Amino acid sequence: MATQRQDWFATLKESAITAAVAGVLMLPMIGLYTSTRAGGLAVGTRWIELAAGVFLVFLGRLALIRIQNGDRLAPILGGLLVIATGFYLPLPNGLLTVCCIAGGAIIVLRSVFVWGNSQLQASANQNDNPTIAARVQPFLKKYGPWIGAAVIAFAIAFPWLPFADRRLIDLATLVLIYVMLGWGLNIVVGLAGLLDLGYVAFYAIGAYSFALLSSNYDLSFWACLPVAAMLAAFLGILLGFPVLRLRGDYLAIVTLGFGEMIRIILINWVEFTKGPDGISGIPKPTLFGLSFSRRPSEGTESFHQFFDIPYASVDRIIFLFYVALGLALLTNAFILRIRKLPIGRAWEALREDEIACRSLGLNPTNVKLSAFALGAMFGGLAGAVFAARQSFISPESFTFIESAIILAVVVLGGMGSQVGVAIAAILLIGLPEWFRELQDYRMLAFGALMVAIMVWRPKGILSFREPTLRLHEPDGKVGK
Amino acid sequence: MEYFLQQLINGVTLGAIYGLIAIGYTMVYGIIGMINFAHGEIFMIGAFVALISFLILGPSGGAMIPIALLVVLLIAMSLTAVYGWALERIAYRPLRGSPRLAALISAIGMSIVLQNYVQLSQGARVKTLQPVIEGGFQLMKAGNFTVVLSYMQIIIVVVTVSLMAAFWGVITKTALGRAQRACEQDRTMAALLGIDVDRTISITFVLGASLAAVAGMMVTLYYGVIDFYVGFLAGIKAFTAAVLGGIGSIPGAMLGGMLIGLIEAFWSGYFSIEYKDVAAFSILVLVLVFRPSGLLGRPEVEKV
Repeated sequence: MATQRQDWFATLKESAITAAVAGVLMLPMIGLYTSTRAGGLAVGTRWIELAAGVFLVFLGRLALIRIQNGDRLAPILGGLLVIATGFYLPLPNGLLTVCCIAGGAIIVLRSVFVWGNSQLQASANQNDNPTIAARVQPFLKKYGPWIGAAVIAFAIAFPWLPFADRRLIDLATLVLIYVMLGWGLNIVVGLAGLLDLGYVAFYAIGAYSFALLSSNYDLSFWACLPVAAMLAAFLGILLGFPVLRLRGDYLAIVTLGFGEMIRIILINWVEFTKGPDGISGIPKPTLFGLSFSRRPSEGTESFHQFFDIPYASVDRIIFLFYVALGLALLTNAFILRIRKLPIGRAWEALREDEIACRSLGLNPTNVKLSAFALGAMFGGLAGAVFAARQSFISPESFTFIESAIILAVVVLGGMGSQVGVAIAAILLIGLPEWFRELQDYRMLAFGALMVAIMVWRPKGILSFREPTLRLHEPDGKVGK
Repeated sequence: MEYFLQQLINGVTLGAIYGLIAIGYTMVYGIIGMINFAHGEIFMIGAFVALISFLILGPSGGAMIPIALLVVLLIAMSLTAVYGWALERIAYRPLRGSPRLAALISAIGMSIVLQNYVQLSQGARVKTLQPVIEGGFQLMKAGNFTVVLSYMQIIIVVVTVSLMAAFWGVITKTALGRAQRACEQDRTMAALLGIDVDRTISITFVLGASLAAVAGMMVTLYYGVIDFYVGFLAGIKAFTAAVLGGIGSIPGAMLGGMLIGLIEAFWSGYFSIEYKDVAAFSILVLVLVFRPSGLLGRPEVEKV
C-alpha cells in the first residue's frame, strides 16, 4: 500500500515538473502575444489559455506515466473525457479545442496500442522480433499475392464505389502522386542508402517541363510525360556527378541546397518560368486524343461525344485518377523487377557496405548515379501528373517542406518497403487533407504525428525488409 | 573601395550571426551525429522571446536601454535554452540508438511543429520593431556614398566574438567541455568512465539554444523584422556554414559562418540579390567537391 502511495506521489511529482517546464515554455508564446497597434507593436496577455495549456500537459504526462505502469482503462476514459470537453465546451480559442481533441486522441490511441502490444507479446512470448511486420510476415507470404490483387482491384473499382465523391477521388489522385514520389525516393534513400533532402527539385522539374512544353509548344500530356521523366533523370545525373563522393549528411545538405536552388531559379527566372505567378491553364491529359472538356476545340472530339454519353465533369477527375494509378502501378512493377536485377542488388549492397562493394568490382559512382537518375525519373513522372491535376503550378508548391513530407513518407513507411510507403502516404497525405476544415492546425498536427510515430516506432510502420537474397534458409537448407 | 568596405562590414555582421547559429548545429552534430533540423526554429523562438521581452521592458527603460537590453538578452537566452532542452528531451532522447534517419525525421517534424506553433500563437504577420539603437560611425566618404559602421553592427560583432571566446573557453578548459569532447569521441567509453552522457547532451542543446537566442535577438534588433518563418532560411544557411567549415568543428563553424556571410554580402552587393542563396550553396558544393569534409573538418576514416 505504501509503495503504491509512493508511486502515486512520484507520478504526480513528475507530472508537475513536466507541467512546470511546459509553463515556462508556453509563457512567452501562449501567455503573451504581440499585436500590431497604432505606433508599433503591443503585448497582450492570455493567462487563461496558458493555465489551460499547463493543465492539459499535466494531464497528458500523468496519463502517459499511468500507461507505462500498465494502467489502461483510466487513461482511455480520461482521454475520451478530454476529447469530449474539447468538443462540447466553448473554449476560449480554437487552438485549445484542437489541443484537447488531439491530446485526448493521442492518449487513447497510445494506451490502446500499448495494450494491444502487450497482449500480442503475451500470446507469443518467444517472439524475439515483435514488429508488426514480423508478425504479419507469415500471413503476408501466404496470402500476399491475393492481398495485392485485392488492393489493386479495390483501387480500380474505387471511383465507382458509392462513397467516392469528386473530392475523395481527387484526394486519392494526390495520394497516388505521393505514393509514386515515395517509391521514387525509396530507390535513393531506402535502397541505395543516399540521404536526399532535395527530392522536390525533380518533382518541380517534372511539373515545370510538362507545364512549359504544353503552354509553349502545345504538346499533349502523353508527349510530355517521357520528356519530363527524362529531363528529371538527366538533372539527377547532373546533380549526382559532383556530389556523389560526399557521404551521409554532407550529401544531405548539398541535395537540400540543390532543391532550394531550383526553387529560387524558378522564382527569379521570370521570362522563362513566369516567376512567382506560376503557370496556369495547363491542359488535362486526353484519352487517345479524346479530351474531357464539355466543348472540345475545333476538329477534336471529346470523351462524352465519342462514347455518346452525357457530359459529366467528374469523368475528367476519374480519368486522371486512373492515369495516376496506372503510372503508380508501373512504377511499382518497375521497382519490384529492378530490385531483382544486378543493378538493384548493387544498390542494396552499396547501402550495406560500400567498401565491400568496391572490392568486389562494383563502381560506386555508376551505381549511385543510376539510383539518383531512376529516383529522379519517377519524381519527374509524379511532377507531370501533379501539374495535370492542379492545372496551375507555382514555385510555392515545391518548397523544402515538400521534400520533408516525401522523405517522411519513405521513412515512416519503413525504408525499402513498397507496401509501407503506400500506407504511409495514405496516412500522411490522405488524413490531413481529409481534415481540411482544420486548415490552420493541419501542419501542426502533421509535424506532431511525424515526431510521435518516430518516437514510438523508430523503424517505421512496416519495418521489415525482406532480404532480397538469402544464402541459407532459416531451416538450414541452402538458398533457392 | 568604399562600396567594398561597406559590403565587408555588412558581411562580417551577417557572418557573425550565422556563426552563432552554426555553432549549435556543429556541436549537436559532433556529439550525437545528427542534424538538429529544428535548430533554426530555436533561433526563431529566441528572436520572438527577445522581441516580446523587449516590448515589455523597453518602454519602461527610458535612459536605461543598455540595461534593458542586457536583461532581454538574459531572458531570451534562458527561455530559449529551456526550449532547446525540451526539444532534446521530447524528440531526440527517445531515439538514441535508433536509425539516424528516424532522428532526422523526428527533427524535421519538430521543426514543423515549432514553426506552426509560433505561427498559431503569435500570428502569421511580420512583426516590425522600431530601431532601438540608431546611428553609427561614418568611416569614409566618397561623393554621395558614405561608409557607415553602425553601433548595432559593432555590438553584434563584439557580443559574438566575446561569446565565442567564452564558449571556446568552456569547451577547451572546463570539465564540462572535456565531458563534451569525450562524448564526441566515444559515447560508450565516456559513459564507462563516469560521464553522465544524457546530461552532457542536454547541456549541449541548452548551450546551442542560448547561442541561437543571442543570434535571434541580434537579428531582431538589427533588421527589426521577424516572422515565424525566419528560422527556416537562417537555419539552412547556418547549417551550410557548419558543413562548409567542417561539421563537428567549432572553429570551422565560425569560419563557415563568416564565409557564408561575406559571400552573401558581396554577391548581393556586386551581382544580384535574388541569387545570393544560390551563390552560397554553389560555393558549398565547390568546397565540398575538393574538400569532402569541409574546410576544417577531420576527414572521415573509413573502417572496414
